[in-house]
Formats: sequence, structure tokens, C-alpha cells
Amino acid sequence: MPTSTTDAPGAGASQRRPLGASSPRYGERIIKAFLALCAGLSVVVTIAIVISLVAPTIGFFQKVPITEFLFGTKWSPGFGEQSSYGVLPTVVATLDIVAVSLLVAVPIGLLSAFYLSEYAHPRVRRVVKPMLEVLGGIPTVAIGLFALMFLRPLAAKLLPFLGWDSIFSFGVAGVAVGLMVVPLVSSVSEDAMRSVPRGLREGAYALGASKMRVSVRVVFPAAISGIVAAIVLATSRAIGETMVVLIAAGATSQIVPPWDVTEPVQTMTAFIGSTATGDIATGTITYNTIFAVGTLLFVMTLSMNMLAMHLVRRFREVYE
Amino acid sequence: MDESGAPAIQVDPSELHTHGHIEHSKKVFELNKVSVYYGDSKAVSDVSLDIYHRNITALIGPSGCGKSTLLRSLNRMNDLIPGARVEGEVFYHESNLYDRKVNPVQVRKLIGMVFQKPNPFPKSIYENVAFGPKSLGMKDDMDDIVEQALRDAALWDEVKDRLHTNAYGMSGGQQQRLCIARAIATQPEVILMDEPCSALDPVSTGKIEDLMLELKRNYSIVIVTHNMQQAARVSDMTALLMVELDSDEHNRWGEVIEYDDTNKIFTNPRDPRTDQYVSGRIG
Repeated sequence: MPTSTTDAPGAGASQRRPLGASSPRYGERIIKAFLALCAGLSVVVTIAIVISLVAPTIGFFQKVPITEFLFGTKWSPGFGEQSSYGVLPTVVATLDIVAVSLLVAVPIGLLSAFYLSEYAHPRVRRVVKPMLEVLGGIPTVAIGLFALMFLRPLAAKLLPFLGWDSIFSFGVAGVAVGLMVVPLVSSVSEDAMRSVPRGLREGAYALGASKMRVSVRVVFPAAISGIVAAIVLATSRAIGETMVVLIAAGATSQIVPPWDVTEPVQTMTAFIGSTATGDIATGTITYNTIFAVGTLLFVMTLSMNMLAMHLVRRFREVYE
Repeated sequence: MDESGAPAIQVDPSELHTHGHIEHSKKVFELNKVSVYYGDSKAVSDVSLDIYHRNITALIGPSGCGKSTLLRSLNRMNDLIPGARVEGEVFYHESNLYDRKVNPVQVRKLIGMVFQKPNPFPKSIYENVAFGPKSLGMKDDMDDIVEQALRDAALWDEVKDRLHTNAYGMSGGQQQRLCIARAIATQPEVILMDEPCSALDPVSTGKIEDLMLELKRNYSIVIVTHNMQQAARVSDMTALLMVELDSDEHNRWGEVIEYDDTNKIFTNPRDPRTDQYVSGRIG
């Protein structure tokens, strides 16, 4: 190995620094451990939630057979000997709400995302986007009241022929939930659309494609994974939404097809929300019921997310 | 050329692409005092020149001289950039492209474009080529249109067995030829090329240059290039743009300082700056 001569000024090679660290780099390790801890926290919380759900759920299924729970069509827990634990009515009610809300949120959210990403002048976007996001931040209680006090009378006035017997209706609640998640759908989809490389758009425009065609044929397929993610997030929000349905959808446990929009229903979350009050005794069957329903909710959203991820992998157009 | 010493880069006159006498009778574009602005700043100033039918016209010049901007004003691609504005007149045959009544979407159907970075859609090779004709609602058999475009782009033999595979599985040079096939599938009259070879290796570059000379029989081509040898090899006419500064050196914009037969630009330019630029001494 050639040793450098001492007359090489400033080269630093004459006093070669050792390659091994002079001091163990504790700082780096502490920072890394701290960051890992933060990242791990959400995993730990998820596991903790699952564990806390499992024990009471097992207690529940020791008293109620799982087939009766999943396929029974009458839901009236908490009535002692007369109780029945068929969860279907609340599941159907939840799906009714989800269907109506997606019917509202997906078209409005996607179209506004197209507008903001492809059509709007930057100056317009700078004003409209924050306003949309404010809508996403309104407390759900306020949205529930808005549904009950404003949307419900408005719906009765616009569609009088539907027969509005109850002041509660899952249609109105579903529309309110839908409006609530519009910002989520539009914001996440718009981010996905805007991250489509400009070159792809220019390529299509240069072929004489109209804005509409560029949006639908180039931007949409390239952004599909983000758009599906947006819809999945919105669905999860709608499934889990409690306050709006508690206020505007009523508490009548019945199986209602999605077209009977004027009917009152009780969703899974509304059941949990109205039953989990302070005076409920732990260890009772009613107490365990809450957790059984909670577990089912968790399983539903989890399997939906997995399905969505699978769909995204299959259909997305990958660009480099 | 004067006696100011040997140029740093010697362009062999035999390498210059000539077809004897160049036909200059038929114009495709006639630019009349065209200036392009981005917001308040001027990017290209006061360009007046004619672009000829079934010629290859090269726009050369140093970085930032506005040659791409000028090119994009020929099919109204600058409309897509918020704040971009064109002054002056760009006549395409008899009609001013910047007339109020002109629809930019229609303009781009007649004047195609190929970009610096190959930008195929993340779809199959077939769908990439069919995209334009479908936009136009072309009635002919789509398989024939696709095959013809790929043949014209000298790509058919390489891809005929995998037309329905994703275009991103191709090499960069193939992707760029696919972009050319995509552009000619709509049967435009003009193809604009914005540094089409700058992301490619020399072999792919050679193929694209051969292709351009082939396409010249049916299309008018305007090419922006960084590469002076490329301009010398393929183009019939060359415009040299240079960056100009205003007196307090605050604003800079591009101007065409010379526009002539490529032969003359490279061997006997009028402007001494052209001589210095093409010989590699400035820019």
C-alpha cells in the first residue's frame, strides 16, 4: 500500500483517519429505536383492540350459537328470556346505509376530483379544495342534526309520494353519511389523479383527445388504485359511522331492502352506540353482545380492505 | 465561414442530408411575429419563419432558448400550461391556429407530437396505437390501422407477436417508435418531435433518424434537437435560436437568429454567432 508523503498539504491522506468508528454511535441507535417505537405503536394498538374484542366475544358465543347469531333474522337483545340474537337486521341496515351513502359519495366525489384535477384553473382549485376539506371536518353530530332537521323535511317535500311514516329513515341518514365522505373520496382520488405523470396526459392531448377522453381513458385507469383506495376508505367510514345514523336512522330493528329508503333501521354501530351506556354490567350477555357485533364489524371492514387490495393489484395500470 | 480558425466540431459536408434542390414552394406553417409568454415573462420573442411541406425542419440552440416552447406553439400544446400565452400569428395553411374559432383539439388531430421522454400509455401496444384513431372515430378496420402505423414506424416485425402485451415491456427506443406509430396512426399532416432521441442510445437514435427520413415522404416534420450532428444529418431547414438578455440582464428570452437551408447553416451561415454555435465555440 503506498503511503502518502508528508509534503502533500491538505490531502488528509498523510493522517488517514481510522475506518472504524471512534465512538459507538449511540445517537443513531436511539433515534432509530424511537422511530421504530412510534411506527410500532399503531400495530400494538390494533392488536390490543383485537384482543379486547376477542374475550367477550368468546363469552357471547358460549351462550348463543354462532349460526343463530349470523343467520337469525330477529334482533332483540337485552330482553331477558325473550331476547333473540339474530344479527342480520343490523347487518342489512348497515349495508343499506353504506349503499345509499356510496351512491351519493362516489359519483359526487369522483366527479369533483376530475374537476379539481383536470378541469379547474389552479386559482379555482386553491379555493375549492380547502372548502371541501372543511366539510370533511364537520363534527358528525352536526351532520346528524342537519340530516334530521333539514334533509328529512326537504326529502319529504321533494318526494312526497314515498310515504314518510317515520321521522327516521335510513335513506336520509345514508345521504348525510354520503355527503360527509364526499371530501374523503374527492381528496384521495384527486391526489391519485394528480400524481399521474404529465407526460401521459400530454401524449393523449397530442393525439387530439378531448379533456373528457384524457380524463376517462388515461388519467382514470392510471389512478385507479388510488381511486379504489378512496372508495374503500369511504366505505369503511360509512360502515363505522355511528352518530349520524344514531340521530337520523332511528332504532327500529328490522330487515329493510335498500329501496325502502323511508324506513327507520338500526345499524350495527347504532346498536353498539345506544347500548354501550354507563349502566351496563360487565360480563352480562348484553355486554358481550356489544363485543360480538364489534368483532363482526371489524371482520367486515378487514375483509373488504383485503378484497379491495386484491382488486387494485389486478386492475391497475402501472406506469414508470 | 471566415478565417477564424478551425471549428472545434467539424461537420463533414458529405454527411449533410440533401436531396439536391429543396422544394420550398409549399408552406405548411407561416409564423408571423410569434412571441410566447409564461405569465409575464417572455420565453420566445418575435419569430417569423416559414415551415415547408414534406421537409424536416430542425430547431436548434442552447438550453433555455425556447425551442421546445416554440415547437409547442405549433399544435397549441402550450394551451395546457396555465398562464402560457401566444402572441402573433401561426398560420397553418390558410388558417391562423390562434384564431378564436379554432378548436385546439382539432389542431392536435392534424399536427401530432412525439416527446422527449417516451410516454406510451400503460396499456397494450395495440391499444396505444389505437388510442388516437378511436378518438377520431376512424371507421376503418382498427387491426389494419394499427398494423399499418406499426409498419410505418418500422416496429411491426419486432412487436407483431406481442401486440397485446404492455407497452412498458419494450425498450426505450421501441417505446419511442411506438409513440411515433401512435402519432402517425391518426394520419396527421405534421409531426412535431421534441428532442425525440435525447433519452435514447446511439443505435436507437440511428433507427429513429432513419425512420424520420422515411416518414418525410408523407409527413412534414419539425424537430427540436440538442444534437447539432442530428440536425445536420436529417434536416432540410434549420433554425438556430439563441438566448437574448435585456439591458439590465433581468429578463431572458429566445430569438431565432438565423433560419436557412441546413447546408448553409452548417457551412456558410450569415450570422457569425451561428458559425460559432455550430462549430461548438459558444452555447
